[in-house]
Amino acid sequence: MIAETPAPASTFRRRRPRFGDAGLRVLAGVAAIGSLLLVALLTYKVVDEAWPSIAQFGLSFLWSEDWNAVTGEFGARDLIWGTAFSSLVAVAIAAPVAIAIGLFLSELAPRRLRAPVGALVELLAAIPSVVLGLWGIIVLGPFLQQHIEPRLGDWLGFIPLFSGSPSNVGLLPAAIVLTIMIIPIVASISRELFLSVPGDLKQGSLALGSTRWEMVRNVAIPQVSAGLVAAVILGLARALGEAIAVSQVIGGGLNFSASVFQPADTLAGRIASQYQGSTSNLQTASLAYLAVILLAMSLIANITAQLIVRRIRQRMGGAH
Amino acid sequence: MSTVSEPDRVESADAAEQESTAEVVQNQSQANLGELAAKRTPVPVGDREVVLKLDDVTVSYSGSAAIKAVSMDVFRRHVTAFIGPSGCGKTTLLRSLNRMNDLVPGAIVDGTITYHGHDLYDAGVDPVEVRRRIGMVFQRPNPFPKSIFDNVAYGLRLHGMKDRLDERVESALLKTGLWDEVKDRLKSSALALSGGQQQRLCIARALAIEPEVVLMDEPASALDPIATQRIEDLIGELKDDYTIVIVTHNMQQAARVADMTAFFSVDVSAERGGRNGVLVEYAPTADLFIRPADPRTEAYVTGRFG
Repeated sequence: MIAETPAPASTFRRRRPRFGDAGLRVLAGVAAIGSLLLVALLTYKVVDEAWPSIAQFGLSFLWSEDWNAVTGEFGARDLIWGTAFSSLVAVAIAAPVAIAIGLFLSELAPRRLRAPVGALVELLAAIPSVVLGLWGIIVLGPFLQQHIEPRLGDWLGFIPLFSGSPSNVGLLPAAIVLTIMIIPIVASISRELFLSVPGDLKQGSLALGSTRWEMVRNVAIPQVSAGLVAAVILGLARALGEAIAVSQVIGGGLNFSASVFQPADTLAGRIASQYQGSTSNLQTASLAYLAVILLAMSLIANITAQLIVRRIRQRMGGAH
Repeated sequence: MSTVSEPDRVESADAAEQESTAEVVQNQSQANLGELAAKRTPVPVGDREVVLKLDDVTVSYSGSAAIKAVSMDVFRRHVTAFIGPSGCGKTTLLRSLNRMNDLVPGAIVDGTITYHGHDLYDAGVDPVEVRRRIGMVFQRPNPFPKSIFDNVAYGLRLHGMKDRLDERVESALLKTGLWDEVKDRLKSSALALSGGQQQRLCIARALAIEPEVVLMDEPASALDPIATQRIEDLIGELKDDYTIVIVTHNMQQAARVADMTAFFSVDVSAERGGRNGVLVEYAPTADLFIRPADPRTEAYVTGRFG
């Protein structure tokens, strides 16, 4: 007990349980398992709900075009098309624009502009989708009908996508509303990603006599490419699942049209608009079947993203 | 003329190793530094050609001067060392020589810096072109997360020097003594190299685009003693072809590698409590360490200050 010589190891105080550590472990463990459980339960419930429809139509549901509550014929083909088209077009337009915004805000904009413009972009992300949809009804739809669609029809009318008469609802306004919706998300993630590029690397490039653009293209973008892919997929997931804004501007058409000017519908839009007023068990089950398809599409998008991210990281030689 | 003869180099290398192993880096006696410095053969004054001329250069960040009123000449194919305590502005000054300070918001360079008589800060001068001729190696090795080959080829591709690409890459790696170590794995990631190899790769990357001047900001401070010595040996070899300016915290390093040494200090007595870096003394390395003209230099090199 005398403190003159260092105490031998056997006299070390006995290790006492650390409640903070244990508590954190339990809390984090429960949260992690809980989220897995939630996904599993949710999937089970949706599939269970959809079962009558799955049993009746099987996989042919995927390519059947009928949606008739009176005759009890249901199929998802047109809705899958509507969802895939509107989401992919939205992502195709939004991704380059959003990445450019992220670059601008992190590298190119005058420093005094960065914070206020960045805040505005984040604000755009905070606009409720129903408000965006309202804007789509009041402003975007009529504008497209009067000014854009007639011209597109004149120039590209020979392509079925741009055939038919202009209207104020349809796939085109839906895709544009989705584009506006996902730009701020992807832009603010891209901005964070570009800000995370080590200053060492940027300076290394500039010190070799690269211009800022060459630095961005050769160092910054490759460095964050995995993250950019993930950001774009997040945007895609958001677009796939958006129901409200889409159903406000897409028209909810029951008849298939190849033209993006004509009313159409998406999986999410159909579920949101018909579930409450469903007139039969089979219709309810079919709506749940749509949800199953939507879940699967999101899952596929996510897994694809993971694979791409992993491949990029391997190519970068374990940079992360 | 200015190369160190072979036995001398071996000796100084031994000295370097002893010091590093004993980890006596700072507070070295003046006699020891003098011995090291005395081995630097003085360069005949007539052979000197001025590459960079600094005239009353002040670099300020958001209004406050990090380093003030520096006038000095940097000579062709010499190694010039900047030494001094932390915060004396030596890195800031170094970074103003290839306009890397342009990237720091609020940084302003006053006075004139000329490169072969051309004002580096003239409105018509493209900083990209300046950095192409005046390369830079940083404190921490910063290879790109690309292959070894692509790291060295990076600048070559930027500047359209794509003819004989393989040859140029090989030559740059040979200059830095890295070729034999990496020639069989040019396609593998540069990040797999050791810290010392990474730093030599960064030097090779800078040399590949054939700059005239190479600025080095404490290039060995993140490296172990052996790797440090290799970098120092390398600097000695590169001097035949390049003009080198090196910032170092380590006085022995300056004494070992530099022909000319500039000692900077912090001037706290400046107006209203400002802390400005100032150039105290600039002289041939041997003179600066053996016969410092300024009492502040003497205090620093004898370990009484800093």
